[in-house]
Amino acid sequence: MGKKIVVETQELTKRYDGTTVVDHLNLHVAKNEVFGLLGPNGAGKTTTILMLLGLTEPASGTARVYGFDSTREPLKVKRLTGYLPEKVGFYDNLTARENLKFIAQLNNISDAESQRQIEQILEAVGIAEMADMAVGKFSRGMKQRLGIADVLVKKPKVAFLDEPTAGLDPEGINQILDLIANLSKTGTTVVLSSHRLYEVQRVCHSIGILSKGKMVVEGSLDELGREAFAEGRCRIEVETAEPSPQLVEIINKISGVRKVEAKANQLQITTDSDLRAEISKAVVQSGVPLIQVKIQAFSLDDIYMRYFHEG
Amino acid sequence: MATIIRKELADHFTSIRCFILFILVFVASAFAIYTARQGIFEASLDPGPVFIKLFTTGQDIPSLAVFIALLIPVIGIALSFDAINSERSSGTLNRILSQPVYRDSVINGKFLAGLVTMSIMIGVTILLVGGYGLRMIGVPPTAEEIIRLFIYFIAAVIYGAFWMALAILFSVLFRNLAISLLCPLAIWILLGNPVFNPYISFIVPAISNSIGVQLMLARISPYFLFEEATMVLLIPVWRGYALLTSTTTSSMLLNPLSLDQSLLIIWPQLTVLIALTAICFAISYVVFMRQEIRST
Repeated sequence: MGKKIVVETQELTKRYDGTTVVDHLNLHVAKNEVFGLLGPNGAGKTTTILMLLGLTEPASGTARVYGFDSTREPLKVKRLTGYLPEKVGFYDNLTARENLKFIAQLNNISDAESQRQIEQILEAVGIAEMADMAVGKFSRGMKQRLGIADVLVKKPKVAFLDEPTAGLDPEGINQILDLIANLSKTGTTVVLSSHRLYEVQRVCHSIGILSKGKMVVEGSLDELGREAFAEGRCRIEVETAEPSPQLVEIINKISGVRKVEAKANQLQITTDSDLRAEISKAVVQSGVPLIQVKIQAFSLDDIYMRYFHEG
Repeated sequence: MATIIRKELADHFTSIRCFILFILVFVASAFAIYTARQGIFEASLDPGPVFIKLFTTGQDIPSLAVFIALLIPVIGIALSFDAINSERSSGTLNRILSQPVYRDSVINGKFLAGLVTMSIMIGVTILLVGGYGLRMIGVPPTAEEIIRLFIYFIAAVIYGAFWMALAILFSVLFRNLAISLLCPLAIWILLGNPVFNPYISFIVPAISNSIGVQLMLARISPYFLFEEATMVLLIPVWRGYALLTSTTTSSMLLNPLSLDQSLLIIWPQLTVLIALTAICFAISYVVFMRQEIRST
């Protein structure tokens, strides 16, 4: 699509004590999109993010952010990126504002500018009234929001959010997801990891599904929808009142039908497109009582579950 | 790095830990003044400058120099034993390291902030005792005594830096706070305790009878090095333990050494202390650079 790729990995590999956690991973994230890194626990999502940030050294392969090698030029990468760790921690004895100010100072943002910015950001994430409270008294949800604020303070070009909604109530999840959706509109590329498909489907433009450190599916959400139909095919299930061998012959003759499998009174038909009308007509004409015709549209859910079971 | 130092300093000065340490330091200086007063008023003094004796004279209670030697490792360990691992377990370490800062500036920042805090504590103690002592005995210090005290202050800070670097090393090595506190404490009890030092009182004499060998072995203990430096600096007639090995002791004249001669004697001790600090640092750096920072 000619979009600029800002985050990419090439054959990225990481091993811990002999087990391969990330296995020759290739990943591409275009500018200003929200990329969802999906996968079960232990699939290598966090490790991948850490390598992209230059916080962990890969065993082989490269990770690049805006063209900078995360392993060799970590400081340049860190100037461009914001990171929300899975278990985000703050200095409990400092207030929310002081915590943010410290991060702003580490990024060499002038006091005057950071003060104005922190005010805006606290407002945006909805914790402005708690700004001068010690973070030790914050609830999980408030800390998570402060975590997002923490990422925003440095105005990153790329934000890495590791399980941004973990441990939040449904309302909190919605608010965080809205914040994330807004981020990409204001010119920040977002890479988020999650094991919850619903969230990813809601805010992400494209996703990658990780399983055992391997990228099993990668692409934009609509691309994946198409891919889901088994290379542009449909699977239609037909149930009849009684098994009928000649029906297989008849259906096989319909144009567009690729394969018919009979199992008692069930027929599994693979077709090029949605041929439910033609098939049901043929069944009825053959005189066999038709009970139901079902089309199996693979949703992302199915793909996801399939890889989860494999993993 | 300046940002980290500033934040750490602010943390130190608002922490209860520091408050307790300050109280400890003040109590120690009060005792020291009391014991120095007793000693000096009994006038059973060796020849040499008077003012500086405020720091080394003790009767029933040990002198200030002993108190400082006792307190410095405690302060150093207390300020730094959780430097890195508490940040790791609270999840702030990966947040800081994902900012554009070098990893070593995190260690450096924490070390320097601790050192400044400790220097203030030691400095305040010396000034307190000096000031009150001046009022008490009415003998002003000579320029040389002031310089000797200042060098003693620097030596104390170097000695503290060693314990701090050691504590930081353990806080990098171990994620458990209890372990990172107990390890430097164990080393302190074995090697660095001025009141009851099992290494110098038992282990060293058990290994060899020769004073030369004993001295060599004792100098493994950073406390012993610091004690030698303290004695030579604050008791100008003292020539260090090295001379005790020869037969010259009996014919030695008890006249004070000049400052540069004293410095010449303790120079190796200070160098070794700095080197020990540097070694702790080097190991901390190497381990920390290659360490995984994830908290779980």
